[in-house]
Amino acid sequence: MAEESIAKPFYTVLILAFICSALVAGAAVGLRPQQDANRDLDRKKHILYAAGLYDKNRTVEEMFAPIETEVVELATGKYVTDGTIRPETYKQLKAALSDETGRQLSSAEDRAKLRRLEKYSLVYLVKDGAKVQQLVLPVRGKGLWSTMFAYVALDGDLTTIRGISFYEHGETPGLGGEVENAGWQDGWRGKRVYDDGGKIGLNIVKGKAATEEPAKHFQIDGLSGATITTKGVNNLMEFWFGEHGFKPFFSAQKIVEPGSSGRG
Amino acid sequence: MAETNLKLLTSSVFKRNPIALLVLGICSSLAVTGQMTTALVMSICVGLVTAFSSMTISLVRHQIPSSVRIGLQIIVAATLVILVDQVLKAYYFSLSKQLSIYVGLIITNCILMGRAEGFAMSNPPLPSFIDGIANGLGYGFILMSVAFVRELLGSGSLFGIEILPLTTNGGWYLRNGLLVLPVCGFFLIALIIWTLRTLDPRQQEKE
Repeated sequence: MAEESIAKPFYTVLILAFICSALVAGAAVGLRPQQDANRDLDRKKHILYAAGLYDKNRTVEEMFAPIETEVVELATGKYVTDGTIRPETYKQLKAALSDETGRQLSSAEDRAKLRRLEKYSLVYLVKDGAKVQQLVLPVRGKGLWSTMFAYVALDGDLTTIRGISFYEHGETPGLGGEVENAGWQDGWRGKRVYDDGGKIGLNIVKGKAATEEPAKHFQIDGLSGATITTKGVNNLMEFWFGEHGFKPFFSAQKIVEPGSSGRG
Repeated sequence: MAETNLKLLTSSVFKRNPIALLVLGICSSLAVTGQMTTALVMSICVGLVTAFSSMTISLVRHQIPSSVRIGLQIIVAATLVILVDQVLKAYYFSLSKQLSIYVGLIITNCILMGRAEGFAMSNPPLPSFIDGIANGLGYGFILMSVAFVRELLGSGSLFGIEILPLTTNGGWYLRNGLLVLPVCGFFLIALIIWTLRTLDPRQQEKE
């Protein structure tokens, strides 16, 4: 071992810390474009999964071509068309943190335990020509351990679910983590969010979903051994399809609809 | 050197296994053994990080003042861990998503510090590097054994490929929920340690 002087420990640590921080900073900056591209690709893949358009033989860009991204103001339900927020660069989660583009949720409002909510949300429109076939909406909410992130694809009737895809969560693998299970996610297809009275009827039940009318349109199989995760999924659906979520957006769409269908 | 490089390599897998004999790195072996794939990637990452951190520390071991050696070892290890994490995120995104925080937690893996302090500080770079790889293999051996049992009986699959069709997917195998939970890693590791120490009684601790 080297001779000890008082100064030596200081400068050895300094030199080493300097070299190491240069390495870390270099890697972080150098690899960032690649990492961002990956994250973006992963999101797009899950939007496609939810919409049921994913085909592993085609490139994601190609499949994503008929999908249009728009920004919606959650409170009014209107599209942001003046170009102040551009969908390509809008970072939704970051927006929730600032007071300008987000707000604190009161505990009564905060069903999905988000704490803060952004004022604007991205929505993805799956188009066939000029007609909107499906709407894909980003939703999130707290499960047992983590915030779960998902995309929900809705039919043009704004209540029938075309598919769901959970793309990020930290739930117990094998129990709550089964929200990722493709078989379970298939069970969402064709279910309805709102009942005839316009209330949220969708519900994940304990055990198997009912097979009799009308419950079979609203119930989804529970995940065994994952009570709190399941509750979290129920809460997040209730939140995002409620008045603080996308409900104003849906109402705005419905008012427009008769006029536009009159044209055709 | 009393041990040849080859001996160094094999002894860390069975005779001086970091988990089974030294009982280091238990925490992560509970967390990432739910699936074979994550266990494999974790083992590779730990092996590489241990090897390179041991080598680096061994290279500069004559320059390291003993009063700050632990701190310096942590800096080297932490740097390597961040590099591994960044590379995984850039090139193996879905894997890094599965491993999530556990890659970062390699820093707290005791094997790393144990080998740096116990071996690399007093040995030349090449043996230190091999010692790191060997410990990664030893760690990997236990991790893979535990993950094999946990994934097969807990999720009915190996490396994500379905072996036993689960009842939740319309098959016949009702999975064992206990094996999915991290705590069951304790039981399996205990069984492995028991087996190893019965086969090789020299590993048993004296009363």
